[in-house]
Amino acid sequence: MKDRELLQLEETWAEPRGFIGWFKCVHHTSIGRRFVITAFIFFLLGGIEAVLMRIQLARPENTFLGPDLYNQIFTMHGTTMMFLFAVPMMEALGVYLVPLMVGARNIAFPRLNAFGYYIYLLGGIFLYVMFFTGTGPDNGWFSYVPLAGPEYGPGKRADVWAQLITFTELSALVVAVSLIVTVFKLRAPGMSLNRIPLFVWAIVVTAFMIVFAMPTVALGSTCLILDRLVGTHFFNPAEGGDVLLWQHLFWFFGHPEVYIIFIPATGIISAILPTFCRRKIFGYTPLVLSLVATGFIAFGLWVHHMFTTGLPRIAQSFFTAASMMIAIPTGAQIFCWIATIWGTRPRLRPPMLFVLGFFFNFLIGGLTGVMLASVSLDQQVHDTFFVVAHLHYVLIGGSVFPLFAGFYYWFPKMAGRMPGDRLGHWNFWLMLIGFNLTFFPMHQLGLKGMPRRVYAYLPGMGWGGLNLLATLGGVIMTAGVALFLINVFLSLRTGEVAGENPWDAATLEWATSSPPPPFNFDSLPIVAGRDALWDMREGHSGSAAPAVVTGVRGDLREVLVTTVLDAEPDHKTLMPDPSIWPFLSAVATSGLFIGSIFTPWAVPVGAVPVTIALIAWFWPTRKEHLERIEAEQDHGRTPAPPAEPVTQGQA
Amino acid sequence: MSHRESTLDVSHLPGYAFGHRSLMWWGTLGMMVIEGTMFAMLIGSYLYLRGRVPSWPPGAKPPDLFYGVLNTIVLAASVLPNIWYKRAAERLDLKTVQIGLLVSIVFAIAFIVIRVYEFRALNVHWTTNAYGSVVWTLLGMHTTHLITDFIDTVVLTALMFTDKIEGKGFVDVSENAFYWYFVVIAWLPIFAAIYLLPRWI
Repeated sequence: MKDRELLQLEETWAEPRGFIGWFKCVHHTSIGRRFVITAFIFFLLGGIEAVLMRIQLARPENTFLGPDLYNQIFTMHGTTMMFLFAVPMMEALGVYLVPLMVGARNIAFPRLNAFGYYIYLLGGIFLYVMFFTGTGPDNGWFSYVPLAGPEYGPGKRADVWAQLITFTELSALVVAVSLIVTVFKLRAPGMSLNRIPLFVWAIVVTAFMIVFAMPTVALGSTCLILDRLVGTHFFNPAEGGDVLLWQHLFWFFGHPEVYIIFIPATGIISAILPTFCRRKIFGYTPLVLSLVATGFIAFGLWVHHMFTTGLPRIAQSFFTAASMMIAIPTGAQIFCWIATIWGTRPRLRPPMLFVLGFFFNFLIGGLTGVMLASVSLDQQVHDTFFVVAHLHYVLIGGSVFPLFAGFYYWFPKMAGRMPGDRLGHWNFWLMLIGFNLTFFPMHQLGLKGMPRRVYAYLPGMGWGGLNLLATLGGVIMTAGVALFLINVFLSLRTGEVAGENPWDAATLEWATSSPPPPFNFDSLPIVAGRDALWDMREGHSGSAAPAVVTGVRGDLREVLVTTVLDAEPDHKTLMPDPSIWPFLSAVATSGLFIGSIFTPWAVPVGAVPVTIALIAWFWPTRKEHLERIEAEQDHGRTPAPPAEPVTQGQA
Repeated sequence: MSHRESTLDVSHLPGYAFGHRSLMWWGTLGMMVIEGTMFAMLIGSYLYLRGRVPSWPPGAKPPDLFYGVLNTIVLAASVLPNIWYKRAAERLDLKTVQIGLLVSIVFAIAFIVIRVYEFRALNVHWTTNAYGSVVWTLLGMHTTHLITDFIDTVVLTALMFTDKIEGKGFVDVSENAFYWYFVVIAWLPIFAAIYLLPRWI
């Protein structure tokens, strides 16, 4: 009986196979896994670019890279790390984990989610193809005008950057909407707002920030490309435009971006600490409130990137105060985490090590952040290596270390095998030492006046020794990342089989097999507390076995929709079948975006295939139609049969 | 985990739902927030550029009011058939939905045609100056929404005349009207920016 139900679920939710089938997949674990792997490949590419820069800067007057290539490489490094690694990686983890953590069978809009992945993939490929053909953007990851404008930025390089932004923002936005709706409407019964896992809270806050921040940079990059291609004057002071408008539009997105990258990392930490300290998280409510507060305050800080642009003093004071204020919710989170660890004996496995590494690194990054919020200090070190040091402590220390913690933590879930502990330890220590050797000396270099984005410096400046040290650190850090790759490779082959819940964790993603089947859970779970699996074991749910939902059809892709606040069962709906059209829509959309760099006519002409693909995506097949009718008729209310004439009000 | 004691039977729940109960409503709302933010930022840029020059509009007459006001009236009136077929969709009344959608398409064609005349009455070209760039972009971005909403509606109408009528189709119709409201409401601040602000500030 039980087996027959399972077989049916397997048949209903099976992902298509074969070469063409690969492009039709819609389950969030298939797309999420690809998302994670793609983002990691871009992390490696961005890392290689970083090493190339470090080699060039290792000694004075080095000739390893010329100035033109150096400009392209630091732009590619920043653009790759921010737009093709950090944000997509965070969303990728959300795509893979959130539906599992809330007890859903799939993400809310599976085809839209797949579309988002392909747009991201094609945008990234487009950027690197242009780079390898000598047309890589070279104006920095923020592409300031007038340098990137039509007058000083001839050729296609700045256009490539602007359209990459369009690709990545479109992808980030549609995935963010899918994630928000998943958390709002597809939670397991009983998972009221105050029981949502903290990682899921972090992803929701991040997705909301994406929804409000990314349209701004998409608008900015559109104005930039219009200035460059069809002769508008948004950023042209000679015709009433203004170059600072670009900086406002960019940083109104760009500062929240930092928190879009950081907040999911805090979610990872809040997921790992309870598991490895064997204790429920301390201060769930303040942690959630801190996340939300950070999300709001992050939108009030952007001008601190523009302290040297001659803004009114009152604006400077306001943004200094706001920049310091954001330390309050961040501090509250750190105290909650310390309280969680306090008095326990944490299991020092690789995920926990990386979390501890985060505390050490992020503290330094946070302190220099408070320093930079002060206008007088900021004006002194603006555009120097001090800022480079600060931002890497925040982004690598605050985000990449938690990400590696997350990789080790969820690797067994995704791969079904345990990652190696010994290599994990080596990986951690090499990265920690390498990272600090690379970036700590940069504080000093900045204070000694070394500017950012220079491809060479003279021997008499006295910067050679610290630069060589930083390059050495970069090599050690690279070795650490290489060990991670080796660890993954070996663990996939010979790692210990993980089982459902190898770390004995509390959240729902551990209540199913590793890796999860394409229907996620054999039976839809019911949640009775914050730490679902621990609560069940302790018998808080009033029964030794987990409570489950029945009455959702297994022969159709039917899922349960619940209410936003209390997650009470509301209605059922069908998830879409696999389809090739999200992929084809993404290809058509990419054609439009790329073509528009070369001629404005690509927009109206390219809109035709895009429209056709989207209609084909929407239009129900005969099979889908019959399934919907069957599911809907199962539950009372049904629409009028189509063949008969319909009278007013018939139901 | 083989033996289950407590279960929650949901077999009696309906197979679809309208409004904020449905996934589609939330997805549509998400798109509205994204596009609304873009409109708000563009209007913000308009005001920012206003602060860069001594007089507004710089080097041009303000746009002629006639077609702008006419289109505002047409857009506002187009809400009525939308309310009508949205309510019909929620009681699964196919005939009214079909008629209401067709009426809406007539409205959509009307305001897209009038929009062409609006562009011609702006009295400035996008290459003239930054003011010209921002009003063309504002009007252009809103026009993109008119066209996509028009295409959405045509496709849904076509579906409503096939034999593939399902509850989900009615939910989509209802959400289409919801999105139409957004396109009309978003027009009001854009109208104010393009037509009224050059006369007031």
